[in-house]
Amino acid sequence: MADGFTFELVSPETLLLSGEADLVTVPGAEGDMGIMSNHAPLMTSLRPGMVSVNMKEGGEQSFFVRGGFADISPAGVTILAEFAVSKADLTKEVFEEQKRLAQDEVDASADSDDEDKKANARSFLDQLNHLEPTLLPA
Amino acid sequence: MASLKDLRNRIASVKATQKITKAMQMVAAAKLRRAQSAAEAARPYSQRMDVVMANIATAVGDSEGAPKLLAGTGSDKVHLLVVATAERGLCGGFNSSIARLAQKKARELMAAGKEVKILCVGKKGADVLRSEFDSIMMPIVDLREVKQVGYANAHDIAKQVLTMFDKEEFDVATLFYSEFQSVISQIPTAQQIIPPQIADVEGEADTAATLYDYEPDENEILADLLPRNVAVQIFRALLENAASEQGARMSAMDNATRNAGEMIDKLTQTFNRQRQAQITTELIEIIAGAEAL
Repeated sequence: MADGFTFELVSPETLLLSGEADLVTVPGAEGDMGIMSNHAPLMTSLRPGMVSVNMKEGGEQSFFVRGGFADISPAGVTILAEFAVSKADLTKEVFEEQKRLAQDEVDASADSDDEDKKANARSFLDQLNHLEPTLLPA
Repeated sequence: MASLKDLRNRIASVKATQKITKAMQMVAAAKLRRAQSAAEAARPYSQRMDVVMANIATAVGDSEGAPKLLAGTGSDKVHLLVVATAERGLCGGFNSSIARLAQKKARELMAAGKEVKILCVGKKGADVLRSEFDSIMMPIVDLREVKQVGYANAHDIAKQVLTMFDKEEFDVATLFYSEFQSVISQIPTAQQIIPPQIADVEGEADTAATLYDYEPDENEILADLLPRNVAVQIFRALLENAASEQGARMSAMDNATRNAGEMIDKLTQTFNRQRQAQITTELIEIIAGAEAL
């Protein structure tokens, strides 16, 4: 088995996970990517989605993240998420709250003349809507 | 001289006050512990953020067309002072020392011919600053209803600040808060947040910067990162403030309790002395009466 690497998932309020991991899958801005040890240094922004981690000890864990970055460096992988919650704690209410925030963002950008901003907010909300059935099977 | 009854009343009232200050001290101690652990939990994020900022800033910083949020607007005519204080008083010099620092800075800037705008977070700082700067103050950000400051609060404030920046209402933003050192020492601090001052992160920045790949590209990441950094800095300041406020209140209330204790001792002594004096007078009267017979 390949060597592990240091993985950390932090949100502004707390450090959610820190430890040795074998494989991390992150929803990068331009597509999901699996990261193993000795990955080339890379910095990517994140789409809203699931991050899953194969820990060296403790098996697989997944988290819902919204907004933020993954910093992949020789020292390890750090995910700075604006909002992160482990899959087990992700309830319908939490998700609805996220959708509401995204909707607010869309509304707020509606009367701005920054097209990029509008498109970003829109796609953000679309992604959340797209994720809903997989994350929260009715 | 106060009568015995008056003295008894005063002792009772000081005792009641002491009970209240003692209770407030204990509440502050409990809240302090919570605020401190919240501040500690948030530390990793802002530390990593600093590293990432330093990395990207060195990669993009010198190029043309660096975003205004990083490089500044090119002038420093209009200053925004974001003054974060508490919503409640009775915490020693906490609020006034932050307000005083902001006041000093505002005066300096005005003397240098700059335009100053003030955004107060928390009512107490605003109360102090209003007397002098009423015309340049913006509506207060009210956090009275908030029990535990969350990232969402900071995010809202950041949004307000950034909207102003987009409309070019100011060039430089400085954040005032109190850094928590210990229960007895909180240091009022001014930190420039727009444009950010990139911290030197132990030489890590220059080795990594050359190697990094960016997805999408540097500028897009930077455009996303900079507003977030503002929110993170504000969040950090709010947490530091929360811890400092409780620390300051704790030591202020500890002092108050001790003072009340001294006061009670003094009053009790006066009370006893006066009671004895009264007894002595009575005895003298009785003896004098008996001798007269």
